[in-house]
Amino acid sequence: MRAFRSQLRTELVLGARQGEQLLVNLGIPLLILVFFSTVDVLPHGDVDEPIDYLAPAVLALAVMSSSLVSLGIGTGFERHYGVLKRLGASPLGRGRWVAAKITSVLVTEVIQWAVLIAVAVLLGWSPPAAGWAPAVLGALLGTAAFGGLGLLLAGTLPGVGTLAVANGLYLVLLLTGGMVVPLSELPSGLATAARALPAAPLTEVITGSLGGGGVDTWAWVSLTAWAVVAPVAAALLFRWSAE
Amino acid sequence: MTTTGSPTTGSGGEAVVVEDLVIRYGELTAVDGVSFTARAGQVTTVLGPNGAGKTSTVEHLEGYRPAAGGRTRVLGLDPITDHRRLSHRVGVMLQDGGIPTAIRPAELLTQYAGFFERPLDPAELLERVGLSHRAGTAFRRLSGGEQRRLSLALAIIGRPDVVFLDEPTAGIDLEGRDAVREVVASLSEDGVAVVMTTHDLDEAERCSDHVVIIDRGTVVAAGSPAELVRPSDSDHILFGAPDELPVDDLAAHLGVPVRRVSRGEFRVETDPSPANVAAVTAWLAERDLPLQDLRAGRQRLDDVFRRLTAHDRGPDAGDPGGPAARRRGRGRRR
Repeated sequence: MRAFRSQLRTELVLGARQGEQLLVNLGIPLLILVFFSTVDVLPHGDVDEPIDYLAPAVLALAVMSSSLVSLGIGTGFERHYGVLKRLGASPLGRGRWVAAKITSVLVTEVIQWAVLIAVAVLLGWSPPAAGWAPAVLGALLGTAAFGGLGLLLAGTLPGVGTLAVANGLYLVLLLTGGMVVPLSELPSGLATAARALPAAPLTEVITGSLGGGGVDTWAWVSLTAWAVVAPVAAALLFRWSAE
Repeated sequence: MTTTGSPTTGSGGEAVVVEDLVIRYGELTAVDGVSFTARAGQVTTVLGPNGAGKTSTVEHLEGYRPAAGGRTRVLGLDPITDHRRLSHRVGVMLQDGGIPTAIRPAELLTQYAGFFERPLDPAELLERVGLSHRAGTAFRRLSGGEQRRLSLALAIIGRPDVVFLDEPTAGIDLEGRDAVREVVASLSEDGVAVVMTTHDLDEAERCSDHVVIIDRGTVVAAGSPAELVRPSDSDHILFGAPDELPVDDLAAHLGVPVRRVSRGEFRVETDPSPANVAAVTAWLAERDLPLQDLRAGRQRLDDVFRRLTAHDRGPDAGDPGGPAARRRGRGRRR
């Protein structure tokens, strides 16, 4: 337990020190939330106020930010610099390393959600209380799915490759995942493709739970599948050192 | 802290035993039948040119690289299959990398201290490697020498019984070099088995109790520095004199071969005893020839090393495992 706590503390301290992690984890979701709920230029599906769509959508975006981008890029560079190799010679062990990584992502997400929910409520959002349980479950599945993808990139690509691919993927999934523009506004071919990717089902689960209207079954199926496949692929393909 | 007599070291204090170790990367055989022993309380240095197989050998003992053949024991355990157990008792200093660029030295040592049962105090350890004044500076802002010293501190924070140091003084400044030597000396005094690699001969000669010279994956010589530089048939007297010196006359007079090795420099192939030196200078005095300089050439480890590792070197000699060779090796490893 001491080793786990020591590793977790390091993960959190180093994470908080990276300006770009703060930007992607909090800066971008906050900007989207505040800007597009104040300036009503985006379509927002079948809800009356933009905030009712945007608030749950940026909660989904926050999950993707911390578990795909932050985790992936951070771990990719740790592998690049031999940090994982060096830890491998210590008594920490893989199990506690993975546990510390997961916990640090969850701690980050709790902070992200606390800030985003507080701001959204200030902007007039009032979600139904019954929606929180499925939304949190969706967030956990999304964390597994995107965390698996992030670690898959980090464990197979060079450090800079992970940086490029994670950021590119982030942008594509942000636009096609219903996180800014509802899926119903996309061309039908693109919307169908997006449902097979992990972002759209995550957004559907969280916006459906917290925005009323309920969650379509396809979203739970697709999200659960990603939550299983991505971590398994990462576990099988991850390489600890970068040579 | 001493391991002598501990159940996992041999009767002679053998902490690391390597027998016929073979390591391959695909087609490339990097280590080809290496054997040596490292004892508790001694500094064992694996010396060799770049690409000789030093790092491969050490990385096997650290638990990173499986062997293709041979038998190895670290504290009586298998370095690969017993890696988890050994990780509590083995300290590692990688050749490069291993530390997050944004971390501060005090944070790094506190982090690793949390992994061990009885760690050294991080603040005292920083003092010992001369980094107290840099405790709060990000790793990437430290000089190369400071980074190496921090990496050394990380290797010993868990009070290990065996320490592997891969090129601990590479690219380090003089002050840092002294700090590393002091730490290495105090470790062996405390009964730790220190295994280090270097391509720096001076370093090997000064710090080691036992030197293993590796070249192209095989051991070409082993012994204490004194044993390796023991007087041998290549001992000589080297002197400078006018270039037209009648070499054959001197050789006939002394009864041993004399060679002109370069312009105005001559080498007498004989034991550099005072009597032999006197014979050479007396002969020069009789002919009124000036003596420009004189070296009674006991071999240094340097000479032994060059002789042992000399093989058809091309124009860019001296570094058979240079960047190009390394790239080839890496490519195969992928």
